[in-house]
Amino acid sequence: MTTIDHLNPPTGQMADNVVGFARALRAAGIPVGPGAVIDALNALQAIEIGNRADVYATLEAIFVKRHEHMLIFAQAFDLFFRAAEDWKHMLDSVPLPDHAKKKPPPASRRVQEALAQPSARDEVPQVQEQELRLSVSDKEILQKKDFAQMSAAEIAEVTHAIANMKLPQAELRTRRYQPDAKGLRLDMRRTLRSSLRTGGEIIDIKKLGRIEKPAPIVALLDISGSMSEYTRLFLHFLHAITDARKRVSVFLFGTRLTNVTRALRARDPDEALASCSSSVEDWAGGTRIATSLHSFNKLWGRRVLGQGAIVLLISDGLEREADAKLAFEMDRLHRSCRRLIWLNPLLRYSAFEAKAQGIKMMLPHVDEFRPVHNLTSMEGLIEALSAPPPPHHMSRIRSAA
Amino acid sequence: MSASTLPKSVDGMLELLTSRGYLAERSLATVTYLSLRMGRPLFLEGEAGVGKTEIAKVLSAALGRKLIRLQCYEGLDVASAVYEWSSAAQMIAIRLAEAAGDTDREQLSSDIFAERFLIKRPLLQALEPDVAGAPVLLIDELDRADEAFEAYLLEILSDFQVTIPEFGTIKAPHPPIVIITSNRTREIHDALKRRCLYHWVDYPEAERELAIVKSRVPGISAKLSQQVVSFVQALRDQDFYKSPGVAETIDWATALTELDARSLTPQLVGDTLGALLKYQDDIARMQGDALQKVLKDATSET
Repeated sequence: MTTIDHLNPPTGQMADNVVGFARALRAAGIPVGPGAVIDALNALQAIEIGNRADVYATLEAIFVKRHEHMLIFAQAFDLFFRAAEDWKHMLDSVPLPDHAKKKPPPASRRVQEALAQPSARDEVPQVQEQELRLSVSDKEILQKKDFAQMSAAEIAEVTHAIANMKLPQAELRTRRYQPDAKGLRLDMRRTLRSSLRTGGEIIDIKKLGRIEKPAPIVALLDISGSMSEYTRLFLHFLHAITDARKRVSVFLFGTRLTNVTRALRARDPDEALASCSSSVEDWAGGTRIATSLHSFNKLWGRRVLGQGAIVLLISDGLEREADAKLAFEMDRLHRSCRRLIWLNPLLRYSAFEAKAQGIKMMLPHVDEFRPVHNLTSMEGLIEALSAPPPPHHMSRIRSAA
Repeated sequence: MSASTLPKSVDGMLELLTSRGYLAERSLATVTYLSLRMGRPLFLEGEAGVGKTEIAKVLSAALGRKLIRLQCYEGLDVASAVYEWSSAAQMIAIRLAEAAGDTDREQLSSDIFAERFLIKRPLLQALEPDVAGAPVLLIDELDRADEAFEAYLLEILSDFQVTIPEFGTIKAPHPPIVIITSNRTREIHDALKRRCLYHWVDYPEAERELAIVKSRVPGISAKLSQQVVSFVQALRDQDFYKSPGVAETIDWATALTELDARSLTPQLVGDTLGALLKYQDDIARMQGDALQKVLKDATSET
């Protein structure tokens, strides 16, 4: 095997081209580190370059680490290496990201607001007044107030409350073990090690217990027009959960499904929400629940619902094309998760009846149907999530119709 | 290790794989060749049944290396993936030392944490030198193991060494050839992927699939193999919950030859559909007219 010298990577025109190409990929959104560039140069030396397809496969294996990036890579490769005879020239003409045209970063609205406010010194009496005004009874009112009827200031208050919600973890027992004095399984390795201290006499018996970790949560949030007054707050809520737990996946759907899990991972809630909205193309449009559930079941179900996930379906269930397809997809979703909780803001009306065709289709397939329109109901939900999950429901095999 | 057995070029790799009946795309041969040359693990992702695991088996057979397979599952831990101490044997050793009146504690501890009490699991076995050359280590379906195990793999895959507190560090004299597969039931962390060469294994084109069927199911007639491949390719265009992979195509072709089939008929397809589709909903969709239509398209080409 020929060894490859990682400290002295090849240089010259090929190196320039690869560096330029890596830069173009980075600009297009594929994370390419400097280590990968050195790898690429070494790899190109290892294959005898003679054929465009080989160069393609080589660079792809090194620069692409996710299936989703393959299309971007293919386009970038085609553009960049269009005229193979004049690579140097191509390198000069690659459009690099224009920083001047970039949108202001998401946190800047807050900064602007902060700067626009009069200086804190002049406002001291008013701040105190405000604190007094938000007395206990006001807080109680806020707890019960419908999100849809809140003023901007109240929403800010609620957002704050959501961020501070304590999220106890619903524990699931895994199949892995860890040292645990109350455990039921004997830990021979540690027992023997400790016995050596007493010359082989076993005095202290060490034990192992199952590792417990929170059940994964998958949230499917309806962002259609009829839900628009709630979506932002729900996103805040989901961001708070994502922050506190490890295994949370969030999908938004209107007419189509978008995975925003990565976007919500940003630490700052405003940044996370902005990055969420930039990845969604159909804010406040129509609803196609059946189609969205279908793409979730097909593309993501097996990937995120393993290990006993709890699904939160946040939607008002107002689907125009309610037919057997909707019931079928709901049934499949229900059968592939541990618990399916439907959160519906329409439940705030005490006279709510499941009259809409869509709701009738969906109801038989959920484990729990909860209102979620104010702080109190959100706290109720958190309590429900913290309760130990029920044993996996028996898979009920029902006909799709 | 015998360097002579390693292919010298992408074409050489392609020949090597073909000689063992693995008809690979050129891009797959390229990354496999590179992973051998650069000593990097090869990370293969793709739908179930496209031949990800098979490549490790073929590589080990073609290069004459030992194949060490680690099947991942939820709950896989160090004790079952890397090493474990044989507690029973250690206990006997302690009792024997006691009976012999041997009470030197230092001596006892170095005696019972010796290599002969160490049970080596796949990852540790893969680090051991072998006369035939470093083994092929197949870490299968990594997406089934949990994140904690993935993090543990990082150390092994970058340095090819394992540290056992009571014993010391074991380092591979020659790094094994590592193939990692994932069915994407969850995303693998970028940190691990960064250490590997990545390749997405796709369903093969009709022509390649036909060649695969012919090489894997020797007794099949030309007409039937053509129809089988056209039918399967047509199924993959449908919106199924789980599309059939190459493995299913081979299974089905084998099943049909076992039934002495000469060409596809609606009856025959309906009876053997379970070899291709594994979800009741998908099978239910392929009854009656839908089946007739796909079958008509598939058989009209031949």
